[in-house]
Amino acid sequence: MNNLSVDHLIGIKDLTKQDIELILKTADSFKQVINRPIKKVPSLRDITIANLFFENSTRTKLSFELAEKRLSADVINFAASGSSVKKGETLIDTVNNILAMKVDLVVMRHPNPGAAKFLSERINARVVNAGDGTHEHPTQALLDAYSIRERHGDDFSGKKVVIVGDISHSRVALSNIFCLQKLGAEVMVCGPTTLIPKFIGELGVKVEHNLRKALEWCDVANMLRIQLERQEIQYFPSLREYTMLYGLDKKLLDSLDKKITIMHPGPINRGVEITSDVADSDQSIILQQVENGVAVRMAIIYLLASKINRS
Amino acid sequence: MCIGFKQVAPIKTFQLTLTNPSKMDKRTILNSTHFEITLKRLASQLKENHHLFENTVLIGLQPRGIHVLERLKKILESDLKKELTCGQLDITFYRDDFRRREQPIIPSVTNIDFIIENKNVVLIDDVLFSGRTIRSGLDALLAFGRPKKVELLAFIDRRFERHLPIQADYIGKTVDTLSSQRVSVEWKEIEGEDKVVLFTQENKNE
Repeated sequence: MNNLSVDHLIGIKDLTKQDIELILKTADSFKQVINRPIKKVPSLRDITIANLFFENSTRTKLSFELAEKRLSADVINFAASGSSVKKGETLIDTVNNILAMKVDLVVMRHPNPGAAKFLSERINARVVNAGDGTHEHPTQALLDAYSIRERHGDDFSGKKVVIVGDISHSRVALSNIFCLQKLGAEVMVCGPTTLIPKFIGELGVKVEHNLRKALEWCDVANMLRIQLERQEIQYFPSLREYTMLYGLDKKLLDSLDKKITIMHPGPINRGVEITSDVADSDQSIILQQVENGVAVRMAIIYLLASKINRS
Repeated sequence: MCIGFKQVAPIKTFQLTLTNPSKMDKRTILNSTHFEITLKRLASQLKENHHLFENTVLIGLQPRGIHVLERLKKILESDLKKELTCGQLDITFYRDDFRRREQPIIPSVTNIDFIIENKNVVLIDDVLFSGRTIRSGLDALLAFGRPKKVELLAFIDRRFERHLPIQADYIGKTVDTLSSQRVSVEWKEIEGEDKVVLFTQENKNE
């Protein structure tokens, strides 16, 4: 199949393994494109894309915008701060007003889980979810999978990936679990009991509360940020104590008997979940993740745009 | 009579009676002997115009043009006793039929690790048909610099089928076909035998 089975990218949960593999394969070609002297292709020159960011973002927003521009799409950007949202406009009204300007595809980040799905059912444009609250962040999971594949090869079966940190508040964790499991990898989550959802085991992931044991088990460790902005109560006594138990430093990394790959979706809180020397070590692929993000997002937009009816 | 017509076998589409209507009529229009002769002639023509290939690069178009390139490269390199600069170009993202097809085309690999600024470029493809691939190829080529000159080599030229004003500088064999027919260039490295086959669809009136 050369076509995605979905019309919108709301979550990894809706994708098939073939969809994921198609996106990763297409991203290979776009990675070549963005490493050329002229990093642009004309495929989407008659498509208009709106980036709607109702929540703060640096990497994802820049990455989407760059991906869209390298596909030659026309891009309009919208940030909730400084917009009419502050004057009381509803999401549907805001989006419909933007769509009245003939937009074909909407990339949206929103603080409410399910916002992207809500939108996709109500508007006449393709929707790409760029993160909806604590639900999913599908493009991040796909670029993480792409980065793992680049380092460890095509075959995910038997690959062991541990996701460390604030699993409860992380959309990256949920999307990564779905994505890696669909590709055939084994997934473990690791963190303090208070930050791990009670029934996460039902998704088929292993749960570990000891960081050293988790790292000894895995091939790849994805270190998540503590999302203090989403934590309405205190889940652990202090950041210092969290770092002592779940922070990854060079000493711990070097004491393992194999070289594991370190990932981080950004933004990094240096000295909290990982120390600077780990983030900048040759085992870390954090900056490759950012580079691959552009190629993977180009692939997703390209494949979704190919389904937009010309008439 | 025009010399070009000498190579062309007459095509009598309506005389092809099909005993099994589900099958396509299949006719070899270039066998392995003539296939090899044609490749050697194309190599000689390239040598005539490009001498030692000092400022010339050969670029095969993905997916099937790269096989023509590989064979020509082999012949030329053994003749000239030197390595030629060659690349593979994928034109998927430059096509003019994006969103007009049922399914998007899966891109192939582009492998051009040199800049073509001020170079003589020979674009190589297996079958020249509507000319749209070549138009996309010219577009895609610009991402690697501004060439001094671009030439086109087509192993098979399906003349009379062009949608764009594009002609080849080097032609292996010219064939006159109907647009409903299909020409397939097969390679011993892939299909097991060097040959060019013309497929004619069943005649629905019968």
